[in-house]
Amino acid sequence: MGAVVALSSLLDARQVWRGRAAPIPAGDQPTGWPELDAVLPSGGWPDASLSEVLSASDGTGELRLVLPTVKRLTGGKRPVVLIAPPYAPCVAGWRQAGVHMGRVQIVRTVEKDALWAAEQCLRSGSCAAVLLWPHHADDRALRRLQVAADTGRALGIVFRDRQHVEHASPAALRLEVEADPGQLWVRKCRGGAVPSHAVPFPALAH
Amino acid sequence: MMLWACILLPHLALDGVLRRRPTEGPLVLVSGPANARTIVSANPAAREAGMRVGQKLAAAQALLAQFEAVPYDQAAVDRWHRFLAAVAYRYSAEVALFPHAIVLEVSKSMGLFGPWPRFERLLRADLTALGFAHRITAAPTPHAAYVLAGVGDGQAVLDDHTLRGALFHVPIQRARLPERASDALPSMGVRTLGQLMALPRDGLRRRFGAELLATLDRLTGDLPAGLEAYRPPDVFDLKIELTHEVENVASLIFPLRRMTGDLAAYLAGRDGGVQRFVLHLEHREHRVTDVVVGLLSPERDAGMLFELARGRLDPVQLTEPVLGMRLVARDLPAFVPGGTDLFDERPANALPFEQLRERLRARLGDDAVYQLGSTTDPRPERAQSPEGRTEGPDEVHPRPTWLLERPIPLRGPAPVILAGPERLETGWWDGAEVCRDYYVVRTSLGQQAWAFCPPDERNGWMIQGWFA
Repeated sequence: MGAVVALSSLLDARQVWRGRAAPIPAGDQPTGWPELDAVLPSGGWPDASLSEVLSASDGTGELRLVLPTVKRLTGGKRPVVLIAPPYAPCVAGWRQAGVHMGRVQIVRTVEKDALWAAEQCLRSGSCAAVLLWPHHADDRALRRLQVAADTGRALGIVFRDRQHVEHASPAALRLEVEADPGQLWVRKCRGGAVPSHAVPFPALAH
Repeated sequence: MMLWACILLPHLALDGVLRRRPTEGPLVLVSGPANARTIVSANPAAREAGMRVGQKLAAAQALLAQFEAVPYDQAAVDRWHRFLAAVAYRYSAEVALFPHAIVLEVSKSMGLFGPWPRFERLLRADLTALGFAHRITAAPTPHAAYVLAGVGDGQAVLDDHTLRGALFHVPIQRARLPERASDALPSMGVRTLGQLMALPRDGLRRRFGAELLATLDRLTGDLPAGLEAYRPPDVFDLKIELTHEVENVASLIFPLRRMTGDLAAYLAGRDGGVQRFVLHLEHREHRVTDVVVGLLSPERDAGMLFELARGRLDPVQLTEPVLGMRLVARDLPAFVPGGTDLFDERPANALPFEQLRERLRARLGDDAVYQLGSTTDPRPERAQSPEGRTEGPDEVHPRPTWLLERPIPLRGPAPVILAGPERLETGWWDGAEVCRDYYVVRTSLGQQAWAFCPPDERNGWMIQGWFA
């Protein structure tokens, strides 16, 4: 017998087949960032699931991360819904990113109805993606959204403060945006090992 | 060849009352002067207790101590009669009212709704869902269908040849003949329609006049039916009295579901939708609370109308008890069903986005769901609005992804300039003049911002947006 190999490293490397392995979320939802897609088990966003984008403050690239996806989805028939965004989306800026604003619907609501509205939109099956900025979303609320996303075959993306990275989350994918240096950390991805290195995510050059 | 369906409504008055106050207990309808009230209709529980139509109310009270006696309301019965005609109008453009019955011509609509057995099932399903007992028959003439419905349920005579045979055994008393004839004929030994039709016409005319012959000819179709065609009204107006004073909105939900269901049935009948309707909650002394339900596009789905009305009713604070509720819909535009695309990306059971939007608006407010487009105004604060155009040429200068409602001062160390300046000098025409140099900057926290300062200065930074 050769060197002793730790069981956990074998499992993490997905070299051992486990009877009840979680199925890899099938995905046809590239993020538009090839280096990120390359490390994600589904090759992009987990389809019909909830994903989390964590960032330290506004304006550190959290929208830049999702705009290629919004651009792709607004080219289709189902709208992309923004629920209680923290600021107004700048039409000119979103257009420069290729987004078709005719397919972007914005829902104005108070905090307590935001989760309800998000669930309705995700569950309805008539939205391609639902983007949500909740202030207080507990584990139970996120779990509901995950189920709704699955029911309505929609992409759910929740934007939260990076302090929540410490807490467990039912989201299928958790990404953390770091501004300086510009890079992305995959904090959780269902169906695969979490990559040990960050994905470069350079700031926008003007 | 024509085919007429007859829907006989044997318990129209009772069913109309029962659908407002569902009860398992005995209930009778009474009419007549106060000192001699007579039972005109009784539900199964009352009949089981021995109550009969025609019985004096006093006699019924001797049979049973506890039962409900509701005054017979002819106006309400007529309303339900016309309402069901409006529902039947969905299936045919030729609908007419007969006493306790509705007739409709179905041969022209069978291409749409299928052959008679299927057509009949559809009608029965509708009436059962609405809560009305019914008998349904079909015959080549409306009067024949009406007579057959008086004899039994479910008979269908689909062609002229079998019509005479079907009418042959109908007893004279059930043939809906002129009163004088149906009284006299049995004593003359004529007991069925077959025997009557075999008699010489001259003799019948001498004895009973032309009216009897005309009635017989209408039965067989030798004479045109001469019906007054029913036209659905252009306003839906439904009112119900509550059985007791209602103090909280939750108790209005059950009647509301019925009313919106009736509205949906009516809309399906006239092949239209509703864009706006009003719920009048009626209090004492004719005081009314109005709840307006407005929609962005015409709808007619029962579930959706109920949900939207409920969404508007739920937050209402009742200041006094409600005695009755009325639903009035005047804005009834054509309904265009949402197109289904062969290559639709949505899941099979998806809710149309329009319905989702209505659901959100019902709870969050009328302007809660909106889109943003650009205006022609270059000032960032006014460059976009819900009324703006969602299509147009792209801006060539860098624009952020988040726009602040109002610029905020940038605190802390001076930012690093990444791009700029872009001078915006505009608005001189309306007094809100703007002259600013815009830059893309990086703050000390690593955020990329769209910021401006006064022309040719590089301090007093104000943040207008984030390149998030």
